[in-house]
Amino acid sequence: MLKKLFDKFKNENEEKDQKIEDVENNKQAEASASTEENEANIFKRLKEGLSKTTQGITVKIEDLIKSYQKVDEELLEELEEVLITADIGVQTTMEIIDHIRDKAKAEKIKEPEMIKVILKDKLKEILGEFEDDQQLNIQPSPAIILVVGVNGVGKTTSIGKIAHKLKGQNKKVLLAAADTFRAAAVEQLKIWGDRVGVEVISHQEGADPAAVIFDAIQAAKARKVDVLICDTAGRLHNKKNLMNELGKISKIVEREYANATRDVLLVLDATTGQNAIQQAKIFKEATNISGLVLTKLDGTAKGGVIIGISQELKIPVKLIGVGEGVADLQEFDSNSFVNALFGEE
Amino acid sequence: MIFEGLAEKLQNTFHKLKGKGKVNEKDVNDAMREVKMALLEADVNFKVVKDFVNKVKARAIGAEVLESLTPGQQIIKIVNEELTELMGSTQSKIAFSSKPPTVIMLVGLQGAGKTTTCGKLAKLIKKQAKRPLLIAADIYRPAAIKQLQVVGGQVDVPVFTMGDKQNPVNIAKAGLEHAINHGNDVVIIDTAGRLHIDDELMGELQSVKESIKPHEILLVVDSMTGQDAVNVAEHFNEKLGIDGVILTKLDGDTRGGAALSVRAVTNKPIKFAALGEKLDDIEVFHPDRMASRILGMGDVLSLIEKAQENFDAKKAKELENKIKSQSFTFEDFLDQLQQMKNMGPISQLLEMIPGAGKQLKGLEVDEKELVYIQAIIQSMTKKERQNPSILNGSRRKRIAAGSGTSVQQVNRLIKQFEQTRKMMKQFTDMEKGMKKGGKFKLPFGNRF
Ligand SMILES: Nc1nc2c(ncn2[C@@H]2O[C@H](COP(=O)(O)OP(=O)(O)OP(=O)(O)O)[C@@H](O)[C@H]2O)c(=O)[nH]1
Ligand SMILES: Nc1nc2c(ncn2[C@@H]2O[C@H](COP(=O)(O)OP(=O)(O)OP(=O)(O)O)[C@@H](O)[C@H]2O)c(=O)[nH]1
Ligand SMILES: [Mg+2]
Ligand SMILES: [Mg+2]
Repeated sequence: MLKKLFDKFKNENEEKDQKIEDVENNKQAEASASTEENEANIFKRLKEGLSKTTQGITVKIEDLIKSYQKVDEELLEELEEVLITADIGVQTTMEIIDHIRDKAKAEKIKEPEMIKVILKDKLKEILGEFEDDQQLNIQPSPAIILVVGVNGVGKTTSIGKIAHKLKGQNKKVLLAAADTFRAAAVEQLKIWGDRVGVEVISHQEGADPAAVIFDAIQAAKARKVDVLICDTAGRLHNKKNLMNELGKISKIVEREYANATRDVLLVLDATTGQNAIQQAKIFKEATNISGLVLTKLDGTAKGGVIIGISQELKIPVKLIGVGEGVADLQEFDSNSFVNALFGEE
Repeated sequence: MIFEGLAEKLQNTFHKLKGKGKVNEKDVNDAMREVKMALLEADVNFKVVKDFVNKVKARAIGAEVLESLTPGQQIIKIVNEELTELMGSTQSKIAFSSKPPTVIMLVGLQGAGKTTTCGKLAKLIKKQAKRPLLIAADIYRPAAIKQLQVVGGQVDVPVFTMGDKQNPVNIAKAGLEHAINHGNDVVIIDTAGRLHIDDELMGELQSVKESIKPHEILLVVDSMTGQDAVNVAEHFNEKLGIDGVILTKLDGDTRGGAALSVRAVTNKPIKFAALGEKLDDIEVFHPDRMASRILGMGDVLSLIEKAQENFDAKKAKELENKIKSQSFTFEDFLDQLQQMKNMGPISQLLEMIPGAGKQLKGLEVDEKELVYIQAIIQSMTKKERQNPSILNGSRRKRIAAGSGTSVQQVNRLIKQFEQTRKMMKQFTDMEKGMKKGGKFKLPFGNRF
């Protein structure tokens, strides 16, 4: 399996096989992957996952730099284009470009190659500001993780992956199916529960999500669970009622599980454009978002919008999703992220 | 975000140009920078923006500034026209085959909204006296089949499934067979979400296409998609030859620039707009509204035009003052409604107010209701119309009886009125609070 993972992105034909195999393995609830194995894999997977997604920007920047003899406005303008195409957003891009321009001027930088260094440092600075907060906040036990986000971003799938990861660290995990709204959302989470070998607390479709959370907390206490992870229904941030519902859930957690360590994860889809900033802003107002999960980075979208979000809202990215399999989740490390963005170790 | 639209920015750019007869190249370049930024902020793809801006520029240079329009409005008009043209015309018809069953297949990235949209389409098609069948061909996502079954159940449309052990080609073939045998004249195939760069899974869709030859392959696109929308649309179109696009999650507050990107690279019609999680939340796609949404200014232009045609300028100014001083009464409301009746469907009008479209969704007024509204207001005494706060229970009862409506209807109207008044007040306050946007006036006035 390890070897296969290694080759996953090299050999396109094997990719599908791997996918089927992942599914098969998952079905046997292969929750036995040891922590060691995960760690050995993590850099490799990060690089593989990212190299696929970020090749675009890397190659483009390399080509761009090579085609210029000196640092001039034209170069900066083209760089601007590359950054915007990565969804970094007009405003953040302008700020970055201004920074590069100023710095190049102040330090009399002439070689285009240096631009890359400045850009890299800047991105690392923006993303690396919260290095201490990039771990899941689950110590000490008991802990509760609330997972929220707009529709279809990958909340339920990410929960399955997180549960798998924590189980690998010998944690006792419980899931709460508090998406009582979407068709078959409960079943979906239950399948993930079976896959990774953790139990799921659920009610009927249409039940009150707060009641599910309440029950799940009681169950977590009774079963001495280390980490309770709560799935919630997808909701668009501009729907007041649905956002208020999150407030209600937070209150239940506060009241019923005051001693629990808490993490609230906002899941963002890397394919999303500038609206992700709005999502992050409003979800942050509604619940105390303590971390981001950036999913679907295995596509061609660059997820550049997190740079603007990090800068503006100061919420750390904690995890990234690079596929639909149980192991396609990685810890976010700003250094590796930016390095991988530039195709370096 | 309310007044952050392009309209305002252009207005600022052109502030100094008042009174000029023609737009020169320098003016246009300044304006084009704003247009470019607005489109990029709206997530329109960079390349698409470049092409678009060049086109507008060519048209705008040397254009006469119409008497009634400032240069800013003139540019907006050109931008709006070009954008609307690029968005295409309204083509929300499903082309039903003369030899049923008509086969429709939904494809797209993970989580775009395919399964939900299958249910919505089934419901829509069922209303047209058809007998649709849903086919569950997503064998990968956990509980995908169950999800489609639940959705099918909600709209009372049968769902064909063979579990997740058969491949999608076999499922599609057998499903079609089943439809033929059971007199289903439309089949809608739900497929698994997949990445456009996943050659294996894209190949799977090609095989399904080969084996059952769908009449309509519709690409489902999340309206919040960013720059990558072009890659997605390009790949899906190249591999499958899509027939149209469905844009989902438009009930959010995204500008939805992806719509433009997708149109530009595929040149295929956007057929439907999905606006919610409920299975009724699907609409015919309106290219002109989408264009305005992307520009972030409501349909300012057509509102301006309509307002110029139909509104009495003096009255509009009065109204604006009334709103500001919060002395907007039921009489004004009725007056407004009467004026608006000449201007087309009221909900459409409400949508034209920049940034207000969504807030106003909650107080939708349909045409039929307008008749009741009018009756209710006309049953009020002059005093009541001018001072709604005196409308107690017995007054409401009397008004209901007098207008042939129910007390609930009267209550609802009063609530709507209060909301409208509050909201209008908010708009004007906001406007006052904005230093930069001080030039922007309520669109009820015939300038902005
Ligand atoms: N390629 C890819 N697909 C993903 C990833 N994460 C999730 N998905 C897929 O995205 C789709 C939606 O995922 P869900 O986990 O159901 O998303 P959700 O946020 O729970 O959705 P709702 O509950 O409906 O709001 C599924 O098809 C997942 O398999 C990822 O990292 N990469
Ligand atoms: N707000 C809103 N949510 C929508 C809309 N359409 C779909 N959704 C939601 O988006 C999420 C994903 O929808 P699905 O229909 O499961 O998407 P899908 O494309 O079938 O997903 P996969 O099969 O995993 O690829 C669900 O939570 C839906 O309820 C819409 O127009 N507005
Ligand atoms: Mg979910
Ligand atoms: Mg689906």
